[in-house]
Amino acid sequence: MRKGNSTVTCGVDIGARSIEVVLLQNQEILSSLIEDTGTAPSENGETAFRNALEAVNLNPSDVSSIVSTGYGRNYFKPAHRSVSEILCHARGVSAIFPTARTVVDIGGQDSKLIELDENGRPIDFVMNDRCAAGTGKFIEMTGSVLGIPVLEMNDIISPEDGRVDISSMCAVFAESEIVGLLHRGCEVSAILNGIFHAVAKRTVSMAGRTQIVRDIVFTGGVAKIAGVRSAFAKEAGFQVLVPPEPQITGALGAAIIAAERCEPALSINSIGNGGKLD
Amino acid sequence: MIKRLTQSELREMWTGLGMNLELHDQLLESNNRIFKKTHLWQKKRPAAMALFDRALHDSHGQRVAEILDYRNNGGKSVGTFCIYVPDEIALAASVLAIPLCGGSGWSVDYADKMLPRDICPLVRSTFGMALSGTCPYKTLKEHPLGETTCDAKKKTWDLFGIPSMEVPQKKNKEDKVLWISEVKKFTGDMEKISGVKVTADNLRESIKKCNQKRAVLQKISEYRKLRKPPISGLDALLVSQVALNMDIDNFINAGNELIAELATRADKGISAYDKDGVRVLFAGTPSPMGYAKVHWAAETSGLQVVADESCTGIRYYRDQVPEDLDTVDEMVEAIAERYFKIDCPCFSPNTERFDNISNVIEEFHAEAVIHNILQFCHGFNVEAGALDGMLKDNGIPSLKIVCDYSEEDGEQIKVRMEAFREIIESNRNQEAE
Ligand code: SF4
Ligand code: SF4
Repeated sequence: MRKGNSTVTCGVDIGARSIEVVLLQNQEILSSLIEDTGTAPSENGETAFRNALEAVNLNPSDVSSIVSTGYGRNYFKPAHRSVSEILCHARGVSAIFPTARTVVDIGGQDSKLIELDENGRPIDFVMNDRCAAGTGKFIEMTGSVLGIPVLEMNDIISPEDGRVDISSMCAVFAESEIVGLLHRGCEVSAILNGIFHAVAKRTVSMAGRTQIVRDIVFTGGVAKIAGVRSAFAKEAGFQVLVPPEPQITGALGAAIIAAERCEPALSINSIGNGGKLD
Repeated sequence: MIKRLTQSELREMWTGLGMNLELHDQLLESNNRIFKKTHLWQKKRPAAMALFDRALHDSHGQRVAEILDYRNNGGKSVGTFCIYVPDEIALAASVLAIPLCGGSGWSVDYADKMLPRDICPLVRSTFGMALSGTCPYKTLKEHPLGETTCDAKKKTWDLFGIPSMEVPQKKNKEDKVLWISEVKKFTGDMEKISGVKVTADNLRESIKKCNQKRAVLQKISEYRKLRKPPISGLDALLVSQVALNMDIDNFINAGNELIAELATRADKGISAYDKDGVRVLFAGTPSPMGYAKVHWAAETSGLQVVADESCTGIRYYRDQVPEDLDTVDEMVEAIAERYFKIDCPCFSPNTERFDNISNVIEEFHAEAVIHNILQFCHGFNVEAGALDGMLKDNGIPSLKIVCDYSEEDGEQIKVRMEAFREIIESNRNQEAE
């Protein structure tokens, strides 16, 4: 669905685990995709970029501006500019939820908390230290002790399930803690619930003394796990908003920033004024 | 001056010192690679930095040969681990004080033999080198001297049987009395080691010499106040790092050469940076020789480190000792007072540090603060909370980076630096609107 000849911009988010591409035109998402980063981030980034273009029958030359973000941002050759993921996530999230004041992004390998002002501009942020605690990696590692792949977690657990607390924040210690719980005969779903709460708790504590202000928007691959969403809402004491596709907000923000370079200020309304309230 | 040793002479010397050559090669390889990455990307370095690059390179080679030569001619030396040990007094007694703090991530794991994993990397790196046979100074400093600052260090002295000076934990009158008596005791110890009496004359001379060295460092840092700093934060850090290792006269000469070049650059408006950036103060734990990760991450992300508040910065060279005193007692007391002004978080409370930081921010026109804390350094880490509060009240953005010496998190730290810069720049634009 190639629309008119108005400019197309692109945002590419090359993360440690996944690559997201968003093509934007007329303040609408033309196409978006998510692929694995694999072992060759810059090549796979370029392939993902081409794939996103092909999906809507476009050529690289049709794209007027490309912004890269994420860990691989400086190695993505087609980009005109690279911008940190903090700014991109902030921009992407506030385009979808103009009322957002806190962004909680939990990805495969890191987690961050971004504080926004009333205009959606980031004013402060915290990121986890080099450690799996509180990230998707923690869920993946502990989940594997239970024999549950991340993608199946939504099917296993329901809000009524009980919960046992996981006290270790360290993924390695948590693994042995879970083995112990299994030996004691604890329910798998209760343990999983405990894992989700451990991640949520860790993320909330990352804020330190800064208050978490509403609205809170939860993004990143981990936001797709319903159990973590509700655990987070409980730990933070607030409901959280989740975009329809929580993994692409960084790439979306990058595409918006790319558009701002060639067009006057943009307010995205048609991208979706929704997502679901959890 | 002794002649420059060739590569094979150096290896012979290392073998003679009982070092593990194979591991030492690995250490040098790691240091060189890191130095290339952190420093040599800069396009507008002052030419005189070559002197300091060389000094860094020489720290395990030619400098060791110099000290060995000095020792073979009857000279004495003492190995130190903190800027509390008064150089002036050692120098007056003809004892060479060699600071030994390690900044290499490579050696950290070798400390496992004796030290726990979860303590400060500075302590682990230093003792990791000693334990892996890669510290050329190990056998040279038959008189190591610790100090009772943080717990990690205190207990390490106990473990290795290293004597220490008692640095008080508070700054009240009675604490100062204790400290002065420690400095006096130190004077006697130095005299005992070398057999050289500390006199009013030799002490006055050494005070002048140490003041001169600090004046060189102060002068270099002055140039960083300019809107277009003629020297980068990375290079200024390197100068302070090697200042602790170089022969004092060689350092003063090299420093003066650099100052002359900085003066010309300043006149011509030559900046060490390609473009304008966000001016930041680096605050926190020391960055010993070999470690410049956070400076690198900052300066490759559009931030300009215009001042260092750390022990490899202003804390080391801010205060001078009066040169117009008559008696040894007066001088020793003046020296003790000078060192007592050091605003290390080992003191409780440590309010002077807050005032000093505020002043530095103003004097150096810093817009923001980067707070670097070595992992497991509780003093700096906890103090950072109160410091952040003060900065927030004054509208100064700050970014706290807790890390160790390893390289892996460099990119992750860069992400934070870039985001930090973007936020500051966007605030600026908002204000301009
Ligand atoms: S931080 Fe404190 S203990 Fe460490 S070198 Fe500086 S003054 Fe000494
Ligand atoms: S950095 Fe902190 S923990 Fe490490 S030696 Fe210095 S005061 Fe001690």
